[in-house]
Amino acid sequence: MADLRISALHKYYGNVHAVRGIDLEIPAGEFTVLVGPSGCGKSTLLRTIAGLEDANEGTIEIGGQVVNHLPPRERDIAMVFQNYALYPYMKVFDNIAFGLRSRHTPKNEIEPRVRRAAQMLAIDHLLDRYPRELSGGQLQRVAIGRAVVRSARLYLFDEPLSNLDAQLRDEMRGEIKRLHQELGKTMIYVTHDQVEAMTMADRIVLLRDGIIEQAGAPLELFERPATRYVAGFLGSPAMNFIDANLVTAGDTLALRLNDGAGLALPQRRTANLRTRVDRPVVLGVRPEHIGPATQGERPGLARYTAIIELLQPTGSRTYATFDLGGTRAVAELQAHDVSTINQQIELSIDMNRVVLIDPATNRVLS
Amino acid sequence: MTPLAGRHRVRLCLRLVAAVALTLIFMFPIYWLYMISFKTASEIYAFPPKWYPSSFNFDTYRVLFRDGDAATVGNSLIVAFCSTALAMFLGFICAYSLARFSTGGKHLANWIISQRMIPPIAVVFPIFLLYVWFGLVDTYVGVILLYTAFNLPYVIWMMRSYILDVPRALEESALVDGYTRWQVLWKVLLPMCRAGLAATTIFTFVFAWNDFIFALVLTRTEVATYTVQITHYFGGQSNFWAKISAMSVLGTLPIFVVTAFMQRYFVRGISLGAVKG
Repeated sequence: MADLRISALHKYYGNVHAVRGIDLEIPAGEFTVLVGPSGCGKSTLLRTIAGLEDANEGTIEIGGQVVNHLPPRERDIAMVFQNYALYPYMKVFDNIAFGLRSRHTPKNEIEPRVRRAAQMLAIDHLLDRYPRELSGGQLQRVAIGRAVVRSARLYLFDEPLSNLDAQLRDEMRGEIKRLHQELGKTMIYVTHDQVEAMTMADRIVLLRDGIIEQAGAPLELFERPATRYVAGFLGSPAMNFIDANLVTAGDTLALRLNDGAGLALPQRRTANLRTRVDRPVVLGVRPEHIGPATQGERPGLARYTAIIELLQPTGSRTYATFDLGGTRAVAELQAHDVSTINQQIELSIDMNRVVLIDPATNRVLS
Repeated sequence: MTPLAGRHRVRLCLRLVAAVALTLIFMFPIYWLYMISFKTASEIYAFPPKWYPSSFNFDTYRVLFRDGDAATVGNSLIVAFCSTALAMFLGFICAYSLARFSTGGKHLANWIISQRMIPPIAVVFPIFLLYVWFGLVDTYVGVILLYTAFNLPYVIWMMRSYILDVPRALEESALVDGYTRWQVLWKVLLPMCRAGLAATTIFTFVFAWNDFIFALVLTRTEVATYTVQITHYFGGQSNFWAKISAMSVLGTLPIFVVTAFMQRYFVRGISLGAVKG
């Protein structure tokens, strides 16, 4: 059974149409990540689910019950906030116990439950401290503890890691994912960080301008994006988009770039494209699908001679910027594939993995 | 002793002397006021002045309590306490409404505080006429209502800025965790605003305690406050200095007590308001 079902949801702030007709179903036990740039409506959607904002149109069902008119406390949810939302005048123990006490949990149950939640999050040695005595990472653990100590049907996370530094964020990402596996509860997690979305989600819901751009498993969105927007949003460094024309080349099709270079498409990718010959398309290619050309070509690899303009070594990999058909593109190479700039290099592009986009609709051509 | 340490010590001594001198200058009028209340008539008028009474003489206080004059201090306590409690309660919930729900639009808060700018003398006579009509002259209810109304804008303004400083997420988190709005108000917001509440309470109390003009016009005998009572001792022929000073002592005592008790919040509350207000 679905733990959460949203249909035709709209939310306005004055003249701003923040959520524009969202339908979403989240099965029990799933970890769903709502991701998108700031202003896409993801936080609004989460707050509307929580009941902190009223929906203007549409329905929200939690566990089969329409909750539109219920206050937050009657929705059977727990929530973790971006700025921790801990009470500075309460010790960590009391902060975690807050939700239990406000719901009149029997006294003898509170202590063991708080201790268990604290142990799960490795903060059991901090229970006697005040929030002001903790570090950012510890504060966020307490905030998460406050939510998981309750047994709610739905757990909501509103950008809980965005105040932490990069290393701590990596650590907490793993921690939250582990927590989800342990508890098996339905969780909805909002973030603007595509890495968080990719690494944590069972399912990603990518929002843009108040509507769902695409929803699906992380790798499904990554490998088979439906639109140019999705293709560009997921992946780091981002996908390269190159203007091109679709032309016939012998018995197959090829992409003619603005500098005259031709990149042949593998046969199996040409099936539905015959009708588009001699029309513009946008070539989308991920940096990791461009590599140095080697002897003994595999089928589906297209060669391109490039001059490297910029190198950004990251250690194991090096990002190389070069001009690809009049557009600046990035290739993700092995650390020692290229060593100097202005060096001419023969690259090969894996045409099996590229996406082709209709520039008129920005939709990916199948 | 090195010359540097010596210079440091001299400077410290000079600062100490300056501090003591300043304190003496500021304390002297209060000392004088207190001493007069214990002096006999001849000591009060003695020349050269007597710096301290020959013996602590409580006669003036005895007379004040016997004649019921001291009861005016009780009246002041009652009206100041009740009006402060009322203004704080109403002001806090109004401030919450303004801060969190933008009640009345953006500018209602400014309009409200503008009400506090009105000089009391400009409104006291119309209010007097109104009070005659309602039979509220010389009643506790009348004075308490007026002080509450006069202090309310100040309380709303101050508490609104303190509430705006409290992160919304604290309230939202409590709402999710099982609280109603009212519970959030009393159990989350109130403790968060403690310092601001204390500072605002003191200012509100002090205004009511020190008010003279409203009390002068709106009270007669039943609920006259101590400030009004003191004016009775300024006579055409003679001034009753002993009574004036004894009543003033009674009038300053509660302020000393309140301030001493709440000093901790007081300083913090004022500086908070100063930064964020």
